[in-house]
Amino acid sequence: MENLQSLLHGFTIAVTVPHLTLMVIGVLLGILVGVLPGLGAPNGVSLLLPLTFGMQPVSAIILLSSMYWGALFGGSVTSILFNIPGEPSSVATTFDGYPMARDGRPTTALATAFGSAAFGALVGVILITFLASWVAQVALAFGPPEYFAVYFLAFASFVGMGGAAPIKTVVALAIGFAIAAIGIDTVSGSVRLTMGIDELVKGVSFVVAVMGLFGIGELLIAVEEEFQARAVSSKVDWKEVFRALGRLPRYGIALLRSAAIGCWMGITPGGPTAASFMSYGIAKRFSHNGARFGSGEAEGIIAPETADHAAGTSALLPMLSLGIPGSATAAVMMGGLMIWGLNPGPMLFVDQKDFVWGLIASMYVGNIVAVALVLLTVPVFAALMRIPFAVIAPLIVIICVVGAYSVSNSYLDVVLMLGFGVVGYLFKKLHYPLAPLVLAIVIGDKAEDAFRQAMLMSKGSLGIFFANRLVTTLVLAGMALLLLPLALQIVRLLRKPDEAAHEKVRII
Amino acid sequence: MKITSKLLLSTTAFMLAGAIPAAAAWQPQKPIEFVATAGPGGGTDNLARAVQSIVTKYKLTDQPIVVVNKGGGSGAEGYVYGRASAGDPYKVIFGTSNAWQQPLVSKVAFNYTDLTPIAAMAQDEFLLWVKQDAPYKTAGDFLKAAAATEFKMGGAQSKDTDEVLTRMIEKAARVKFTYIPFKSGAEAAVQLAGGHIDAHVNNPSESLGQWRGSTQRPLCAFSPKRLPQGPKVTASEGWSDVPTCVEQGLAISQYEQPRTVWLPGKVSPEQAAFYVDLMKKVQATPEWKEYIEKTSQVDTFLTGAAFVDFIKQDLEHVKQVAGEQGWLLK
Repeated sequence: MENLQSLLHGFTIAVTVPHLTLMVIGVLLGILVGVLPGLGAPNGVSLLLPLTFGMQPVSAIILLSSMYWGALFGGSVTSILFNIPGEPSSVATTFDGYPMARDGRPTTALATAFGSAAFGALVGVILITFLASWVAQVALAFGPPEYFAVYFLAFASFVGMGGAAPIKTVVALAIGFAIAAIGIDTVSGSVRLTMGIDELVKGVSFVVAVMGLFGIGELLIAVEEEFQARAVSSKVDWKEVFRALGRLPRYGIALLRSAAIGCWMGITPGGPTAASFMSYGIAKRFSHNGARFGSGEAEGIIAPETADHAAGTSALLPMLSLGIPGSATAAVMMGGLMIWGLNPGPMLFVDQKDFVWGLIASMYVGNIVAVALVLLTVPVFAALMRIPFAVIAPLIVIICVVGAYSVSNSYLDVVLMLGFGVVGYLFKKLHYPLAPLVLAIVIGDKAEDAFRQAMLMSKGSLGIFFANRLVTTLVLAGMALLLLPLALQIVRLLRKPDEAAHEKVRII
Repeated sequence: MKITSKLLLSTTAFMLAGAIPAAAAWQPQKPIEFVATAGPGGGTDNLARAVQSIVTKYKLTDQPIVVVNKGGGSGAEGYVYGRASAGDPYKVIFGTSNAWQQPLVSKVAFNYTDLTPIAAMAQDEFLLWVKQDAPYKTAGDFLKAAAATEFKMGGAQSKDTDEVLTRMIEKAARVKFTYIPFKSGAEAAVQLAGGHIDAHVNNPSESLGQWRGSTQRPLCAFSPKRLPQGPKVTASEGWSDVPTCVEQGLAISQYEQPRTVWLPGKVSPEQAAFYVDLMKKVQATPEWKEYIEKTSQVDTFLTGAAFVDFIKQDLEHVKQVAGEQGWLLK
């Protein structure tokens, strides 16, 4: 009840003309940086940060967080239309979003993505509103072994699935881990796998890898397969935007499940990227339409988008209440908080009520503003699909090159990105799955750090992963997810012994 | 030999620069790039952006300034970039003491001698922190308990400032810690709040919120005298109420982390002098004072020979610790 009152007070701060104007500006800028790959929310927010130094902290955080919402929405646009994830967390959106757009339904794909994203964000904000203090306590229970168990769970939910041969999945994972290991190792402080290239000490940026693997890789395939007439006849249809939104409630279970996964991963250190992958993996496994995932299934867009936004939103909570940022963008905002003279931590909710509740109220309003603006842009973006391939292909190359360069103003990144393009092409040609590779690049080094920190704490004993109820539950859940497909296969074999026998005979 | 001559050269350069009025000298003719050797939001990034906003506000130069983050490899990315930009006076590198500490212990492709030192602009203090409900009232109590069982000490990065200080405490107090490296001091603070580690040695700004929120408290400060009196942090205590570690019988009188500013190597003395002068002007503004106070740092300005001496002293010290731990590169 007290929270509700504070929230109403927050609305009186957030819903004022100057603040609403800031929200619109922030969201529009955010959509822009989200759509341009390589720029992304963390960079956009840090570019804007110096402008906020003279502002009231509440106004400043409203501007920056609105930009964050805009960027989260904008990031999905290029994933769906061109298979280039504008944000790391929208990689999983490409799996079904891009096939659906290619299939002539870009409007449906975009509207579905935005609608489910808005739902995810809403759940995230409600969680922050009512469970802030409880959530902060839960997050404190996570030490290195628990962190590792969370990452393990994310891997497990994704590994056992997919049409690819298990051995190919393992190969993709292993390559991903090797790439994640490049650069300085947190635990030993030594430099690894730089292969004589001094600049590689910084490690391989995830954005660079993803733009090459998806953007350039897809382009190479397209060039080889069907050089002419790749333009899709997509009608600019306003009604379809609303029809797509109207269909969303049918996927109620998927929406709720994905939002729950998103909130969970946003509060624990998994973050939006791991959340979207995990949600996609679990949706594929438990949906009736699981087999059709990857060919333009609406549920395959809903799952990652909802989880991404739920995680992105709830990631702000650990930042405010504990001073640990749940995402890269939250880290930048936290730097901002310090410069504005606020100290993120448990006392912020007590000392700076206006700031905290103004921000939370602005999350409701800001997300409504963002989804309204972004839905308005759907037909415009969808119309992009009608541009002939011969025009769009060079544009994609330019976007990828500029995007890779702008990550840290480095030519090496451009070369790496093109290299990843070739890898992406080879993976597709040889039927290796890209998703495990990407997942390993994103959370591989974090998982490794957490594992080794846990080993330092326990002096090398694996018992630490079963030391308390929380970590044991997480590890067992991960193992169950890992073994589930295997178990199902065995059950299937037992049920139909005849067929299995027949097969054996045939093989012999 | 080469290293010393270069150091001497830059030292004399600064002495000369001090004598010549800066106004007559070099002026930038194109946009200036501030390279922060930390990710967005880190302490070094905040410094670069604070300086940028002050320079812009007071129009201390006609040229625009862009801040670029090159924080990969614990900052090595930014220094390697600085080394590759030799002779380019439009790249200003913002870092910490890892400019000279990192090359000692890991195989990174730079050394601080590849860069031209401009200034050390602020010092971050270190304190010994424990969980709020820990039974120890003083550093003495803590060390007594540490002698009985091996405590887990958290910190940012491996073989970096936090671990060096941890090993110094081990030696001074004859105890043994398990050091657990995390990505940042903020992460270590949360781990302490959750009771996953027993202590850490964070800077004031990294644990300020946690102290106010009563999840952890400082036992002592690694400083020769008590920290300056500021506003109260908790209801009853402020930074000046924290005893020094020496007072409490832990004989480490001083340990600080400077925020440093560099140009690439092979720039002219006039170019270096321009930036020394620029940073001095920045430091004289009320916005700078505000930045220092808000981030709970100590205002200092070391340049020229004083800065070089400081580096040499610190280097000797770290070399000794690193040598004892077997971290030095062969």
